[in-house]
Amino acid sequence: MSWLIVLPLIIPLTTALLCLVVRYRRAQRYLSLVGALALLMAALTLLNQVGQRGISAVQISDWQAPFGITFVADHFSALMVVVTGIVALAVALYALAANDTGREALGYYALTNFLLVGVNGAFLTGDLFNLYVWFEVLLLSSFVLMVLGGDKAQLSGGVKYFAVSLLSSVLFLSAVGLLYGATGALNLADLATRIQEVPTGLLSALAMLFLVAFGLKAAVFPFFFWLPASYPAPPVMVSALFAGLLTKVGVYALIRVFTLLFTHETTFTHSIILWIAGLTLLLGVLSALAQGEIRRILSFQLVSHIGYMLMGLGILTPLALTGSVFYALNHMIIISALFLIAGLIYRLQGTGVLVSLGGLYRSHPWLAVLFLLPALSLAGIPPFSGFWAKLTLVTAGLQAEQYWIVAAALLVGLLTLLSMGIVFAEAFWKNPPPKSYKFTPGATGGWFALTLPIAGLVLLSVGIGLWAEPLLRLSQTAAQELLDPSQYIQAVLGVSR
Amino acid sequence: MEILLAFLVGGLFAVGVYLMLRPHLIQFLIGFLVVGNAANLLIFTAGRLGSQFPPLIHSNGGVTQPIANPLPQALILTAIVIGFALAAFGIVLFFRAQQVLGTLNGEEMPEAFEPAPIPSLVDEPHDPTQPPQEQIPS
Repeated sequence: MSWLIVLPLIIPLTTALLCLVVRYRRAQRYLSLVGALALLMAALTLLNQVGQRGISAVQISDWQAPFGITFVADHFSALMVVVTGIVALAVALYALAANDTGREALGYYALTNFLLVGVNGAFLTGDLFNLYVWFEVLLLSSFVLMVLGGDKAQLSGGVKYFAVSLLSSVLFLSAVGLLYGATGALNLADLATRIQEVPTGLLSALAMLFLVAFGLKAAVFPFFFWLPASYPAPPVMVSALFAGLLTKVGVYALIRVFTLLFTHETTFTHSIILWIAGLTLLLGVLSALAQGEIRRILSFQLVSHIGYMLMGLGILTPLALTGSVFYALNHMIIISALFLIAGLIYRLQGTGVLVSLGGLYRSHPWLAVLFLLPALSLAGIPPFSGFWAKLTLVTAGLQAEQYWIVAAALLVGLLTLLSMGIVFAEAFWKNPPPKSYKFTPGATGGWFALTLPIAGLVLLSVGIGLWAEPLLRLSQTAAQELLDPSQYIQAVLGVSR
Repeated sequence: MEILLAFLVGGLFAVGVYLMLRPHLIQFLIGFLVVGNAANLLIFTAGRLGSQFPPLIHSNGGVTQPIANPLPQALILTAIVIGFALAAFGIVLFFRAQQVLGTLNGEEMPEAFEPAPIPSLVDEPHDPTQPPQEQIPS
């Protein structure tokens, strides 16, 4: 049964290795698709098992807990792995029709699967140093995916992404080293039991080092500049995968260490997180309003909405964390769908620049519907999934009497609606631009494979909105587990604190 | 010994961060290598130093006390390998960037998709004879 926890790592790893061995491109495509499907199945089984038996842990080769390699699955990580599977499946389907043979020959499928190994490893590991290693696995795959093909925009964006990621890796490594020096432990559960021995001042300094290291990866307020410079550059299937998964790994790491380890002085650390959340929300959405290209707008929206997830972490009540978890899951689905739609718009009109777009509502009404639903969900309009996520966070903020962050959250919801409305009006409602703009779309076939994953993601998001209770309940359990570390410690070390 | 190494680590961090802040990418890469080594030394120092014996178990099953901490070395070894891979990738990436973009100065590199103004917010009407700015296929 313990194999189940490492299956989300083994499946993409096997797929990646097979994609390296099998040189036949058509086979690689379907291998990647089957791998993503199997990953989703394994993740759902894992979630089911965690739901039945509580937090599960596995010690690789039976080396006992603080010494061996530990993988832990609680509700939070299992849910993240499930949504990773969903996004991976959608992108694999989209890539069936959208990929170009050049990128396929350069190993696109193997790289995406290595990326998934790193992402799932980061979600499931129970050891701080292993978290660093999984981060590097996903970063190296993402660097290559980012510049694969070698366009000018890709290289210039890739250089920035690479540079910032290196800095954050070094900071993370130093923070791990210092924390090890202070506690003598690296296993997260073991660290949680020993961390009280560390003087508060030192612990707060370490917490800030982790905040900067993970904040760079999650693209929060002072450190978000690299994301809009790099995410719009690669092909849209890569952007969608990055937007759905990579920043969420940073958010996951932040939530994990700031609930399990650094809860010694929440008035200091968590109010800083709350400030960062508010500034990320506002600056992200204001920057999005100033953009004129769809993928840049979406990149800034991605940055802005990371703020909501941090808002729940900063408030740190059960309801607020429920909101954070729910928001992260919901946002992964929506933002991937929106990026894929941006790719479709690009295919239809050959550009993403708003002034050159128009008339898509008349020519492709189904695409307008597919865009409008996740866009409204992103803005938090009822009855879509984004509404329940925002409602939970706002209620939690009001209960905790953090009024200014609630005001920021509501204002940002409104500005998001404005920003998405501008895109809708420009790309869909506006009269088509003069003939000179007309671009003959390259690929006319494959519409089914292109729209099916988007429709699937959108339907899922609408479904979550209409039947929010199951997912909200799961998020609630995840939040309870996060706020009570003794269950986690019990599952890993076998003893309570 | 720890004090000495602490100053060394601090100095290396200062030098490395200074180099990483330079616009030139080769300087950035050298800065990363220096900072990476500083982080490795930091882990080494954090693992406690002193005159100790290697952590080896004798044939009779005993150990010679005090034993040195083997864990930081394992961590550093992993970090060195990762740092090596990152540096190798970085060199190739910067080489390609120099070939394609014609510069190694990070500040001269173009922004991906320069933001175009939103027409409703601009006074002058958009010139319809001008083609769209960028043409990179999706």
